[in-house]
Amino acid sequence: MSTVVLLALTGLGLGALYFLVASGLSLIFGLMDVLNFAHGALLSIGAYGTWWAASGHLPAAGSGGFGFVLAVAFGTATGALAAVLLELALIRPLYARPREQVLATVGVGLAVPALLSAIWGADARPFPGPRALSGTFGLLGAQIPVNRLVLTGAAVVVLAALKLFLGGTRHGLVVRAGVEDRAMVTALGIDVRRAFTLVFAIGGAAAALAGALGGLYFGSVDPGQGTSLLIFAFVVVVMGGMGSITGAALASVAVGLVQQFANYYTTAGLGDLAVVVLLAALLLARPRGLTGRLA
Amino acid sequence: MHSTIPAPLGADAGHGTLPAPVLRLQDVGWTVGGATIVQDVSFDVREGEFLAFIGPNGAGKTSLFNLISGLVPATEGTIELDGADITAESVPARARRGLGRTFQTSSLWPAMTVADHIRLAAQAATGGSYRIWRRAARYGRQVDAVLERTGLAERAESPAASLSHGGKRQLELAVLLVGEPRLMLLDEPMAGVSAEEVPALTDLIRSLHRDEGRTVLMVEHHMEVLLGLADRLAVLHHGTLLALDTPQAVMADATVQQAYLGEAL
Repeated sequence: MSTVVLLALTGLGLGALYFLVASGLSLIFGLMDVLNFAHGALLSIGAYGTWWAASGHLPAAGSGGFGFVLAVAFGTATGALAAVLLELALIRPLYARPREQVLATVGVGLAVPALLSAIWGADARPFPGPRALSGTFGLLGAQIPVNRLVLTGAAVVVLAALKLFLGGTRHGLVVRAGVEDRAMVTALGIDVRRAFTLVFAIGGAAAALAGALGGLYFGSVDPGQGTSLLIFAFVVVVMGGMGSITGAALASVAVGLVQQFANYYTTAGLGDLAVVVLLAALLLARPRGLTGRLA
Repeated sequence: MHSTIPAPLGADAGHGTLPAPVLRLQDVGWTVGGATIVQDVSFDVREGEFLAFIGPNGAGKTSLFNLISGLVPATEGTIELDGADITAESVPARARRGLGRTFQTSSLWPAMTVADHIRLAAQAATGGSYRIWRRAARYGRQVDAVLERTGLAERAESPAASLSHGGKRQLELAVLLVGEPRLMLLDEPMAGVSAEEVPALTDLIRSLHRDEGRTVLMVEHHMEVLLGLADRLAVLHHGTLLALDTPQAVMADATVQQAYLGEAL
């Protein structure tokens, strides 16, 4: 029983990471038809930004208490800023040329990890987290690492904030309509490009938050973290339905749980394969994804 | 202090001086891939006028609407809206000048509610804001008024996909009306609408023209609908303007009988 509880909560924590990456990826694809292969790089920027700040380089930030919150905020803001720069400098000039766009984002996705390892080395760096978050707590006989709860909580907060933003704000309205039919939004006289930049900023912030909290989950940061998480985030986006935040949330939980349980009860590595099989089965049954619609 | 702008000589409301047309097309043509779709089309639309376009399928009616709304660029001639040359302007730029259009096929966001459609249109009409967290609900009164006006108030929270064809057409009109358009282009607003819903939709369109004095251009196949609505009928045939006159005069025209009414039967 205790193993099941541990596996379930770890799966949820992993699913939370997937959701933070996939939510932005899904909105960006839904609204702009852009497959952002640089999304993993945004996660890495968030992870290294938080690690850099928490290691004492940023005044007032640190590895404990409020200092750590500040470090996470710094990492998240850096990721959002990087995403905005990416959209303005690389994606926007290439809107009419999807092939070049894919190449450009793949390029950034390769260049950023290379740059990070050139500066800080290719080896994993220990991640300085607050002591309160590195401990465990007992639940139904299992010792659960606290960071699993932090991750899940953060993902739930981000999900709620995104739903509020999409459902109740002016820009959220533009984004939702744009995901359904972008040409019609333009025909109304609304400049959707502003929504593009905004969605990139939100997606970048969520991915960078995943990087910052992923440091807690893995206990370290390394340049390749973003890329390996991105693969599963893509699986989640396809399963959840492009542009659907609720779909991404459901699919994240499913992927995280299946991966954890299959890896434990079968051979390590088979869980990752099981996720792909799950994707194939779902696409055969419901080609449009879990929800087939937005929000 | 009042400052008055002196009127140019001869521009007073003297005899024979008509106000500037809302829309003016001069020798407008559209050639694509060597094929001429629209050719030498010229006409003026006065403020408050209802001009309807008829013609057989492929006559260029929708293409002409695409040229006026800016969806495709005119390869010949000029298009003016309120005296300004808009020939080279984009769709959003023309929309901001007050040119609103509906499409032949329903052009809605199926998963969004009726009220969300109106809120989005209200946002387009009032211009964007850079404030990210601005609640959409602040358009409340404007949304209610338009929903009431178009008979959609009871279905405000239904997704657009759940509306009947007639309901979808009403919603499209509502989306247009929020922007208080100078000129409304309606492309076959009765297409796909059930026979029971046609009279109500016709009444709505008529009241936009008669009661609110809106300037309307409309493409329509239902002749009986147009005869009670349009001030003038324009007949398009092979991309050219075959006739442009009052409905009675057009119906009596022998060439029109042959080109359109003959083929339609």
